[in-house]
Amino acid sequence: MNLQTMKRALHGAIVPVAVLLIWQAMSTFGWINPQILPSPVAVLVKWYEYLIPMEAYTPDSGNYLLWMLSGELPHDAWASLSRVLGGFAIGAGLALPLGLLMGTNKTVYKLFDPLVQVLRPIPPIAYIPLAILWFGLGNPPAFFLISIGSFFPVLMNTIAGVRQVDGIYIRAARNLGASQMTMFRRVILPAATPYILAGARIGMGTAFIVVIVAEMIAVNSGLGFRILEAREYFWSDKIIAGMFTIGLFGLAIDIAMNALNNHLLQWHRGLEH
Amino acid sequence: MTTININAVNKVFTTGGNDVIALKDINLEIASGEFICLLGPSGCGKSTLLNAIAGFSHPSSGQILAGGKLITEPGPDRGMVFQEYALFPWMSIERNIAFGLEIAGKSAPEIKERVDMLLNMLGLTEFRARYPKDLSGGMRQRVAIARVLALDSPIMLMDEPFGALDALTRRNLQDELLKIWKVFGTTIVFVTHSIEESIYLADRTIVMTYRPGTIKRDVAIDLPRPRDPSDPEFNRLKRMLGEMVMEEQQRHHNAETMAITAD
Repeated sequence: MNLQTMKRALHGAIVPVAVLLIWQAMSTFGWINPQILPSPVAVLVKWYEYLIPMEAYTPDSGNYLLWMLSGELPHDAWASLSRVLGGFAIGAGLALPLGLLMGTNKTVYKLFDPLVQVLRPIPPIAYIPLAILWFGLGNPPAFFLISIGSFFPVLMNTIAGVRQVDGIYIRAARNLGASQMTMFRRVILPAATPYILAGARIGMGTAFIVVIVAEMIAVNSGLGFRILEAREYFWSDKIIAGMFTIGLFGLAIDIAMNALNNHLLQWHRGLEH
Repeated sequence: MTTININAVNKVFTTGGNDVIALKDINLEIASGEFICLLGPSGCGKSTLLNAIAGFSHPSSGQILAGGKLITEPGPDRGMVFQEYALFPWMSIERNIAFGLEIAGKSAPEIKERVDMLLNMLGLTEFRARYPKDLSGGMRQRVAIARVLALDSPIMLMDEPFGALDALTRRNLQDELLKIWKVFGTTIVFVTHSIEESIYLADRTIVMTYRPGTIKRDVAIDLPRPRDPSDPEFNRLKRMLGEMVMEEQQRHHNAETMAITAD
């Protein structure tokens, strides 16, 4: 690390450290009821308890790594992540082909667009009562809600992506003798990819919001369930520990999506038009 | 090789309820292996005519034949080089050049051999794995030319291909193009609004009129190559063509002024 980056890191740390110090001071000097706002140290301790395995390691616990991950937090995180991934796969998996079809075919677009426009503004959260009515409690309503949350961003961006393909590429490919199929696979699809991936990123973000809400209402595992459960016992330290976990988790997903984007779009980076 | 016959071609566009006659009664015969420049101010229909030869648009009446065959759609027998390069940004330089050959269903070794040859010929070998965004305008246009040459098209259509390049790069590519033309014997139709470029390159320069687009003059450039822009004969042609083009430019200017005053 050179001096410049160290300086920048120090600079960036000023405000977070100040906030933590004030927060800690408020608890230490008893200005605020720890039941309402526990101290950062208490939160950290709780977070550590939440993270570590609940039982001591014994030879019959099996694999050491599995035991390491047997705590409540890894379990909750995995429950939430699997829902996000599953729901996203369903939502995006349906949205992508429909979006490609609507983007390329005017008739299909005219047929589906009115319905899409009516359904799109309904927040996925508003589907919760219906989801529980249809699917009961547990994973199925969560998957349903998450897939709806990721469906529309992917759909809208795929349509826009296909429609914005520069006519010059179509002309060049026709000039080279490309068939309809080649045009679609080798020209329209790659040209639309930056838009589609941007839609996937938004869809993933929505899926992450929806999973927390769904877990608060319809499921009894996962990060969303855990912070609501903690409220019932007035464990405010655990609520905040859970919230930070959710935040870190969301950040990790976004970083992963960004890395995927950069990998797939090497040709696009710094493109001027 | 392949001749182009343009017979009594008219093209009318309808914009905002008004008919604009873009091309009027165009008759032109282009011999096999000939280098033709279409010269005129913007709005003279030179690009419209080129697009019709390419098959991107259809004449309102009349017909265009390439090698005796009526043109109905775009095809790799008439490779096009666009001013905006139109390279596929998601394909490497190599893949851009190979794309037409892949479409034509050529075998992998055949594609590799031809692509290698063209990369070498146009001085692009070291850029083969790069993407178009990594290349300068002049280099991109070399790739676009290589992409057309890969198809072995008997006809190459060029729509102001060097219009966006600086003067030195431009001269460099003009020389390169003349070399390529000699090697491949391609029939070239080259659209430009640069008088000097047309004299430097063409066997014949077709000067077009501003709306409606008609052929004003068909001027043979009988200078030996390589041509010297400081040569007196070169300059006589430059003056003559310059006067013709300026007349049309003036008509263009007047028409625009009238349109603005009418608003």
